[in-house]
This record gives sequence, structure tokens and C-alpha cells, in this order.
Amino acid sequence: MGEFKVHRVRFFGYMPSGIRCMSFNERAERLALGRLDGTLEIFNFKDSFYQEKVIPGNDSRSVEAVCWVAERLFTAGLNGEITEYDLENLCPKYSLDAFGGPIWTVACNAQGTHLAVGCEDGSIKLFEILPEKIRFERNLDRQKGRVLSLSWHESGTRIAAGMLDMIRIFDVQSGHATHRMLVDRGVSGMRNHECVVWCVAFLSDLTVISTDSSGKVQVWNAAMGILSSTHLVSKSDVLSLAVSKDESSFVVGTSEGTVVQFQFLANILGGDEKAWVRTKTFKPHTHDVRALAEIGTAVVSGGLDTQLVVRPLLDKVDIMSYDNVLHKIHFPHRSLVSCAQKAGMLLFQFPAQLEVWRLGESEGRGKPGDTLFVKKNPEKLLQLKRKGEDHISCSAISPCGGWLAYSTVSSLRVYRLQCDEHVSISKVPKLPKVLRSAHQLSFSDDSSKLFAASTHSMVHVISLSQSECKHLHTFKPKSGSTEPVHLLAASKDGKWLAAANRGCEIHIYNLHKLKPHCTVPIYGSCPTAMGIHPTSNNLLMVHADRQIFEYSIVEKQYTDWSRRVQREGLHKLWLERDTPVTHVTFNPRNAAQFMLHDTYMFCIIDQSLPLPDNKCQFYNQITLKSLSEQERLSHAHAFKMCTKYQHLLFLGLLDDESLVVVQRPLTDIASQLPAPVRLKKFAT
Amino acid sequence: MAALFEGFTLCGVVSGSARAEAALLGVEAEREEDRVVVTDCGRSVTVYKVSDQKPLGSWHVRQGQSLTCPAVWSSRSGEYVAVTDSRVIRIWKDDDTTFEKTFKATVCADVARIHAAADSEPVVLFARGAVRMLDALLEAPQQPIEEVLSEEEVIRWSCSLVEGKQLVTIFTTEQKEDCYLYLQRFNPNSLHKYKLETGESRARPLSLCATVRNQSIKLLCLYSSGCLYQSVLSMRGTIQDGVQLLPRTLLLRLPVEDGHLSSASVVSLDEGNLAMVGVPHPSASAGKEFLCIWNTNFQTLQAAKELTGRIYGQLWSYSGRLYVPHGKALTVIPYECERSSLATALGRLQQDRSDGSKPVTTVVSWNTLLHEDTIQHQKGARGVETRQSKSRKSQMTSLLTVDQVLEKIKSASEDSVTRDVEMILSGTADPELQLVVGRLASQLVSRCQSDSAFYPHHTLAQLVHTRCVCHSLCPNLLMLALEKKDYSLAQLCLQHFPDIPEAVTCACLKAFLDAEESDLQTENLEPDSVSFMEGMVAVCKRDGALENGFSPVLLEEDSCDVNAPTTRAKGKADWLVLDMPCPVGVKKAALLNEILQTAHTDSFLLPHLKDLTAQQVVLFLQYLQFLYLKYYQDISAQAPGLRSPTVTQIMDWVCSTLDAHFTVLVMLPEARDLLFQLHKFVRSQVRLICELGKIQGSLQDLHKLKQTEDADLYSIEVIELF
Repeated sequence: MGEFKVHRVRFFGYMPSGIRCMSFNERAERLALGRLDGTLEIFNFKDSFYQEKVIPGNDSRSVEAVCWVAERLFTAGLNGEITEYDLENLCPKYSLDAFGGPIWTVACNAQGTHLAVGCEDGSIKLFEILPEKIRFERNLDRQKGRVLSLSWHESGTRIAAGMLDMIRIFDVQSGHATHRMLVDRGVSGMRNHECVVWCVAFLSDLTVISTDSSGKVQVWNAAMGILSSTHLVSKSDVLSLAVSKDESSFVVGTSEGTVVQFQFLANILGGDEKAWVRTKTFKPHTHDVRALAEIGTAVVSGGLDTQLVVRPLLDKVDIMSYDNVLHKIHFPHRSLVSCAQKAGMLLFQFPAQLEVWRLGESEGRGKPGDTLFVKKNPEKLLQLKRKGEDHISCSAISPCGGWLAYSTVSSLRVYRLQCDEHVSISKVPKLPKVLRSAHQLSFSDDSSKLFAASTHSMVHVISLSQSECKHLHTFKPKSGSTEPVHLLAASKDGKWLAAANRGCEIHIYNLHKLKPHCTVPIYGSCPTAMGIHPTSNNLLMVHADRQIFEYSIVEKQYTDWSRRVQREGLHKLWLERDTPVTHVTFNPRNAAQFMLHDTYMFCIIDQSLPLPDNKCQFYNQITLKSLSEQERLSHAHAFKMCTKYQHLLFLGLLDDESLVVVQRPLTDIASQLPAPVRLKKFAT
Repeated sequence: MAALFEGFTLCGVVSGSARAEAALLGVEAEREEDRVVVTDCGRSVTVYKVSDQKPLGSWHVRQGQSLTCPAVWSSRSGEYVAVTDSRVIRIWKDDDTTFEKTFKATVCADVARIHAAADSEPVVLFARGAVRMLDALLEAPQQPIEEVLSEEEVIRWSCSLVEGKQLVTIFTTEQKEDCYLYLQRFNPNSLHKYKLETGESRARPLSLCATVRNQSIKLLCLYSSGCLYQSVLSMRGTIQDGVQLLPRTLLLRLPVEDGHLSSASVVSLDEGNLAMVGVPHPSASAGKEFLCIWNTNFQTLQAAKELTGRIYGQLWSYSGRLYVPHGKALTVIPYECERSSLATALGRLQQDRSDGSKPVTTVVSWNTLLHEDTIQHQKGARGVETRQSKSRKSQMTSLLTVDQVLEKIKSASEDSVTRDVEMILSGTADPELQLVVGRLASQLVSRCQSDSAFYPHHTLAQLVHTRCVCHSLCPNLLMLALEKKDYSLAQLCLQHFPDIPEAVTCACLKAFLDAEESDLQTENLEPDSVSFMEGMVAVCKRDGALENGFSPVLLEEDSCDVNAPTTRAKGKADWLVLDMPCPVGVKKAALLNEILQTAHTDSFLLPHLKDLTAQQVVLFLQYLQFLYLKYYQDISAQAPGLRSPTVTQIMDWVCSTLDAHFTVLVMLPEARDLLFQLHKFVRSQVRLICELGKIQGSLQDLHKLKQTEDADLYSIEVIELF
């Protein structure tokens, strides 16, 4: 079918940041995740664990705790501020200083009326939640020592606070501490170290569960202020705790990377007397498990090793399906790499900088399977540090390699790039005022226009020229949606522009007439990748549930092939793939072929071939290789899967028809992590 | 492999008269493994504890009465059962002191035997062929007993077998010339009659033995012609009418001196091995009686023990011990049968290199040999006159000439014997050759032993060259060759016999070590082996010539100053001189090489190796060291195609010799240097291996190199999708 020259790139030093905290919103089935660099990510657990929104971090902001209040998201950090986020514009809405020093924890009561924060100075501050803002109400009695963890009783009248060496129960009404429960410092030798109560959970039956730095999980009776039971689960810290909604089980995470489940079980089968029993131990991580969530059928855990692990609890699962198998999310579900096809350049996006590389060149041709001699090594042309404290949210390089644009939450910059013999870069001055920030940036194929997806689903069209940048037009969706646009695709002939937003809407605009053209029928799953076919101008979309649609822009309807796909259905193995498709490219050699890739494979889909049914072999490349030319025809199907390249961050096609694969092996990421607390070695 | 151990006398045998056919009425198993019930011909029954050789209890019948059937132990009731005066069944227990007060029952017909198979009710076999269970009989002792056998039929042998719950009784009868076998099954009772084939020579069955396994009864029958046949019967057969011919297969044809055995007995020891008494040892002189263990799978004699005094053709085997009355005593001989496989039967497989110019041993196809026979007999059993049986007749004529030659060997001159044997060899077909050659060889050897002037070297060599002789077929051949100092024949035997016992190997080794070099000069040894040694010694003399300009590099300062004690000049760095002169002559070395290549088992070899004198050991070790050094020095010494010992074999022998004589060698002043050098050399070798191990470790990483390529930050590859 085809030979490809592949530039295999591993020099993109992408390093995800460790996971600090998480909070699961049960009503919306969304998980908010805070990373150590202050980035917030929101995963939609309804939609194949798709990373729906990313709020870029800020150097001055840290996220120590995250908390959903209904649909609103609050974080608190060591900078002493409580921040609420604008989830439509993906930026902080406002921040409020609590004036209690660094904030370690934040908790919302079950009624959703008050927010309690635990501060370094030992105070617990209550904030009243108002629409659009929060207001400081009062302090509870101030204690000595920092407050590291808080948990409301469901009645909203009591708060348990984990401090150094002790847990205190406060009466919210009076603000006084009613109980003071001392936590043992643990084994001798550790006696001089304070025991940090990392987590507390206040159950509705007045039981308090605590985890601490000496490796204990303790169950207290808060009504009497006495200890009920102690479980030693680790030799080092127990850092995280999550209780299931029905309070029949909880999980704790240790700094050894293990997650231990406890269940409230009857001592005797069928008996009435119940106790907390340690039941399961997992080891999903290599480093500290800093954040945990129990989502009913699964345990979600995250830690310093940067991966998010969704482990199903098989005793709570009735039917095995895609949604309840083990998931590990290593990489962002958006592209951090853009490619200048004509110039053979790659742009890598880091939170604090951009890197521009020129690909190398090879000598001669080779047989399939060969590694060619690299005549010219790849070259790092540029490293551009961002301005300000906000992390880069999106970036793009023009196909000709002459323009570069990036945006943070607060600013958008466009640069002119000249890479002849010397690399020179100049910032384009006087950008139109409308360009304040962007969620997504894209250049037209002839590099004459820049498309910037802005607030309220608007897309600005900027014309670029040597002399000036001019704002041509702003497209607004007819639906009035305010969800952020996360995908932009312009047609090769410069006539069409497609914009997909997080509300699953895809709008098509006519760039010649500068008018909205049509809206693609809304599909229930968020699009994760799309592209417009260079000749037929069909829009190809892949969604988070791995469904593929092809929509004819001219005819404003789904194409026959798309209908055939929907009618015959996709192969089971395709639908069960773990990671979303993040990029679509078209094969210029064959108009019927396009390429998709996710983290663990790329594939070429040939629209002229029959679709695979569930009975036929899906990964059939090796079989086909062994067959003769004639037999291949009868065995071939539309999906040509290549799993040779793993941990793919990007796959693109250059103008000389060679492929570019950007890989980031997990071992490389692991090697940059700090040493784990304790490595269990055999016979040690 | 099977072995007979040193025996001991259990009790004396009082045989009434010299012509008595049996020494004892019987030896039967008791409740424990270690106890047997011995019934003598006269009036007493004695229970012995075998390992203590001590009687535990003894019972006598009154004067005038006599025991007519061996007493048996009934494990069901825990009682002994015997028959006196043919009709009185007596039952007693351990604590009964005399027969007088014990239970007795008189039956109305003569009892032939009582059998008590393990864990089943004793069975009473009447002389006229009727069979009753003992308990059924005792309920009504006077019940009428039917007559099964005809007037002149006499029961010769009987036994009772049990497997699971199925009990059968087998007995054979003789009526004039004809022999029959009866198979009595119980529940439902059925009696089946077979005719035993006697063949053309009218050989009569001498001894039978039956074993049961997997619902099939294996019956071994030794005929007076010296042939051992096997028949298989089913435990639960279908009911058939009429007398059938019992199908049989020939297992062994034993050499019988004057055509007929008078009294002999066979006992099956395990699947492949059986013990025999009364059959002459194939290589012993006449007049001596042996207890032999034969392997039927390989048709080899596994072990033999000479018995003094008269033998009675009686033999029993219980729990790893053979009971054989001979002379005036009942001797107990413990035996051991290891599970036999071809590898153990042949000893350690000697040369596994297949690049040799010739196969070292022909593996005789026992299958075809035996199978052909089976086919013949099966067809014969159906009574069909076929080409097979005709060809058997034609073979008979050729056999006749063999018999004639055998006869001639006894007296004829060397030349005529040589001629005759050559003729026979050229005229005999392949499957027959095996038997013919064996008989010829043993006959020739016995002639040579008796007549010291008679020694047809060429004929013997020719026989060995046929590869049909092996040591067990003709055990004295090799010893004879040594005796006659016929080293070339000895070499041939060592090369061609796959089954030389370790004792004989050691005897050869001793003889070779002691052989005079002058004697050997004239000896016409196999050229390959000699040329191999000549090449080796030539390498040794090629002093200073370095191969490809390579000189072995010093490993460690103290590592290998290994040179012969005579040439050692201390102080100089001449440790590199690994050359040492060959301590023995070329021909002696060639002979020793044959020894090194024989199959052997270390544990069997060790006791015999201890017989070597200190001088022999030192010489042998020196030679081994020489070989070892040569091999180390010059890999090409192991020339392909030539028959030569491998390094492993050399090392095995060094180890065995050191094991056997270590204490002696340590005390021996002249051995000190030798051991010292050996140690140094071995140590240097061990270090070399350590270094090689390191190199291997680093080279192993080459395999991982492909993955490290993967770790490159950038590469341009070509892939193809289909």
C-alpha cells in the first residue's frame, strides 16, 4: 500500500507535572485535577475520560486543594488565596486572600453554603458562598499549629480538622473545639517528629477517619473523642484519603505508591456488628499518591509520578465494559506540537517556553524496516521564553514556518520568524485590540491568516502581512454557545474554517464571504480531532468515543462513507482503544486515505476499502505482510494500524510526504522524576 | 541393571534321598516382608525371620503323617493352612504349639495345592483339577468333588493370582507327551483349557511363572530345550469352548549343553528381568550351577552367582530376595533390579559425536529380531502353514551346520575352525547372525580356555567385527584376550562392546598400564587410533613453533607453570612450556584412549579403580594430564573423524582416579609434583573460565544494542503499511 519515510523524533522533552489534588463532581461526573505547577484539568468521566478543559497554571499560584461547589470550582493554595475559576473562559475568575497565611485545605459543606479553609496560622476560616463570589464570614477558634485537613460533617454543624499531632472537632455554631484527639507519633525514632494528620474524613455516623505521616489510618469516635481502631498501612506517610458516597468504604494512598481500600464489613457474616477492615491493596503508582477520589465503581488516583489512574473496583462492577477497565492517562488530550509542513519545522509547547526545531535530512532511500543514515541532524532553531507569569495555553506555527503565535490567559503574541542562515525573530507589534488571549490558534494553509479562538466561542480572523496585522472579522456561533473552542481547522483552499467547542458544537464559516456557513449536527461526544480534506472539502471529525464522521461542507450533509461507517459500525477493538485520537492528516498521495493517531498507534484509513467487521482480524498488518500481493487485496480492510510507535504525542505529514512522529517514552519521563520514597527491593 | 548380592543360608535342607526331586515342599510369603513359611519335605513347617536368619515358630506332624502341600499364610484370617496326608486340611495360628490341637478337616478328594494369593481367600486345588475356595470347602468338608482331569493327567504346576477383586488359578498338567494349561476364573466360575505347544523337539515345559499386570496375565514358560516363551492371557476372558493352542512368543533362547535341561526354575523379577536356576551359565564350564538374572528386553545376562552343590530346580522370590535350595541349604540371595533402559543397559553412552567416520556400535534391532519371531508364532498358533514356517525349516538346515561347526570347534585344528567359521558367517542371514555368532564365540572361547595352544586370533577378531558379539553374550572373550596379551583384540572388544562391566574395564586398564612397551611394538593396533596418538606426540615435539605467530599470553604470574617435573627449570619464566613428553608409548596410549572412551558409570567404576597400584595410578594420571594439556594447547588435537577421547571423558577419568586414590596420592612423594601441577593448571583454567564468563557478560549486552538504538533521540526510518 505504501512506504513512508518516518522522522522519528524523541527530543521533545515534555514533562508533565505531578498531581497534587483532585475533586470529583458526582452530578456532572467531572473530575477536577490540580497539578503541582498550578494547572487545573477537568476530565469528563461521562465521555471516555476525555480531558475536557485545561486551565493553564500561573507561577505565582499554587493549587493545594480543589473543591467543587455545585458547578463552581474553587481552589486554594500556598499563596494564601482562594480562587474561583471561569470554566468557560478557562481562567481564574477572582482570587480572595484569606489572610491566614498559606492555605492547606479547603472544604465545602454538604449544603453548599459555606467554604472552610485551613490556614498555616492555625485558623479555620468560613466563607459564605454567594452567587458570583464568596464572602468571609468568621473564624473558628484559633489553635496552635497549622490546619492541614478539614472535613465537614454532613449536618454542617461540625468540622473535623487535622493538625499536627492531633485532630480537633469544632462546633461550627459556637466556633469552639469540642474534642481534641491526640494522634500517636508512631514508632520510636519517629517520636521527635511531629505527626502530621494529612487527611481527615467526617462520616455521617460521627466517625472520623484520619491518615497521618507515621503510616497510620485511624478510626475515631468523634462523639466521645476516642480512638476506635488503628491500621498501620505504610512505613511512610499516608497522604490521601477518599470516602465512597455511601460511606461503606474508603481508600487511602501512601507515599510508596500504594492505594489501600478499607471496607465497613460485618465481623461475622450476616452479623450486625461492623468494623472497618482493610481489604485490597493496589500499587498503581511509583511515587507519592497525593490525590484520590472514589467514584463509585472505581478509584481514581494521582500522584507525583504524573499519571492519572482509574482503577475499577471489580466488586462494584456488574458488566465489564470500556468504562470499567483500568485506565492510565499519561499525556494531555490536546496537541502540544505543531508542525510547519512546508518548512519541515516543529514547534514544541512547554508551559514556560516554546521550542522550534528543524528536522534533519537523510541520505538515499531504503527498504522498509531500514534506518536511514542521517545526513543532517535536527537543529534547535529557537527557544522562546514566555513573558509574564501565566503559562502558555496554546501555540501555533504557520505552515511556511514564517510565523509563530502563542497565547497565555492574559496575552497573545505573534512573532515573525526568519530562518535562513541566521535565525531571527521579531515580535509583531500593534496587534489588533481584539486579540487579548486565545484558547486555540491556527494558521491558514498559505500562512496569510491567523485564526484565534477567543472567549465566548468567538473566532477572530487576522490577516498577516509583512507590514501589518489586520483584524478581518470575528465569527460568532449562531447558537450563542459560550463554551471554549478547542479545535480549529481551515481548508487548504482557504475558503472554509471549522471550529469545534467543548459543547460538542462544530461551526463552519465561509472565509470568502466571512459568514457562518452551517453547523454540523451535534453528536453527544466531544470532538477530539478534525480536519478538512484538501480536495473534497469534507470535514472529518473524530470524537472522544472514537466515532468517525465525515461531513460534506458543500452539501451540508454527512457523506456516504460516514453513513456507511455509522451503519456498519466500527470494529470493537477500535472502540475499545484507551486514548483519544488527537490529530487528523490527509494523505496527499491518495485522496481516499487519511491518518489518525492516538497515544499508542497511528493508522491510515482507506475509504475505498471495506470496513472491518467484528469477526475479522483488526490488527492485520503482520498477516498482510506475509501474504502475496493478490491475497492482500482480499484480506485488506480500511484500518491500517501501525503500533510500532508508542507514546505518540504527534504525527504529521510533511510536504515531501514523509511522516513526522513525536514520541515521548514513559521511561524518559520516569527517569526525570525524583527518587521514590522507598523502593522495595527483593531480599532487602 | 540387576545385581545379586552376597547370600546367606536360611536353613538346612534335609532331603530324604539323593534322587529326591525337590528339596523343599515350598517357601511361601508370610504376613511381613521379612518372614517366610518354609515347608520341608518331611514333617515340619517353620516360620523364619529372614534378616535375622532365625526361626520364629515350627510345627511338626506326628510320626506316620506327612505334609503333602506347602503351608501357606492366609492373610484374610491370619492363619496358616497346610494339608497332611493329601486329604486333611489343617489350620492353625501362631500361638498353637502343636498340630495336635489345631483345627482339621478331612475332605473327600486328594488336594494338590493350597494357594493364598495376597488379600484373598485361600484356594484349594484338588489333584483331579477341581478348585474350591477354602471357606466354601470348610463349610461342608465332605462335599463331593468333581473330576476335571482325565485319568492320566497330572498337575505339574499351579499358582493363584489376584488383581483387584479378580482371582484366578492357573495350573498345568501333563498327559503322556501333551501339556495343558488350565485357567480357572472365579465369579463367575469358568475353566479354560489351553494346549501348550511343545514344538518339534518335544521339549517339555520345565518351569512356569505367572505375573499379573493391568488385567493381563504374563506367563513365562521355560522349556527343557532352553527356550523361554512368553504367553499373555487375559484376567477376564470371554468364554470359549474347546481346547485352544496357547499363543506364545520366544523371549530367550538359552544355550543348553546337551540339548535338554533336566530341572530348572524361572522366576520373574520385574518387567524385564528374570532369575533362573538350573540353566547353565553361557560361559561357565560344565558341571557348575549358577543362579542367573537375564534381561529379556536386551537378552543379556545381567548377573550370575555360582551355587555349590546340587540344585533342585526350585526357586522362589519374595520381596527382593531369592530363595534357592542347593546342596544342603536353603540360601537367601538379595537382588536388585534397577529399571532397565537402553542407556543403563549399555552404560553411559560412550560417543555422542556423530561426525566419526563410522558408527561405534551397531544398535542391534531387537525389535525386528523379536518381532519377526512373534509373527512366526502367531501364525503358527493359528495353525496356518505359511511361507514363514517353511522358511523356519530352511533355517533349521543352516542351524544344523552351525551345530556341526560348534561340534567341530571342540576338537578341530585352528585352521579348519577359521575356515568353517568364515563360511558360516558369510552364509548366515542378518537376524540369525546374532545368535550364531554368540554361540560360536562362546564355544571358541571355552575351547581356548581349555586348550591353551588353541587361539584363533583372526577368527575371534572377525567375530567381533561382525558387531554381533557383546560382552554379556560372551563374557570371557575380553579376559581371554588380556590373558593372551592379544591387545589388538582387546582394543577391538573395547571399541565394539557396548556393555563392558566396570570391573572388566578396570582389569583392561591394569593390563594396559602394566603392558611392556616392547610387547606392544609388534602389536597390530587399529591404525586410526595409533595415528591419532602419533599426531599428538608430534605436536608435542614441535618445540617453539608458534601457530600463526600466536603465543599464549600469561594469565597470572603464578598460574600455569605446568611442565613435566623432569624438564622443569625453576626460576626461569618457562612456565609457558606446556609440553610434557608423553609418559607412555604411542601404542599404549592408543589402548588407554580406548579405555577412556568406554561407557561407564562412576559409582560402579570407583571400587574397581581402587585396585590399581600406586605406580599404575601415577602413570595413568600422568598420561591423563598429558592429554589434558595437549587438548588445552591445541584444539586441533581433537581431530574430527578420528576416534579420540573427548575432554569431558578425560576430565571424568581424572576425577574418578583422584577420587579413588586421593589418600594414597597425597602420601606418595612421587605423586606430589604431579598433583601440584595438576592443581595449578586446573586453577589457571578456572580463572580462564572466569574471564570468559566476564567476556560473555559484556558480549551479551550486544543483544541489547538494538534497543539502545531505539533510545536515539532522532532517526529517520522507512516503514511500509499494507
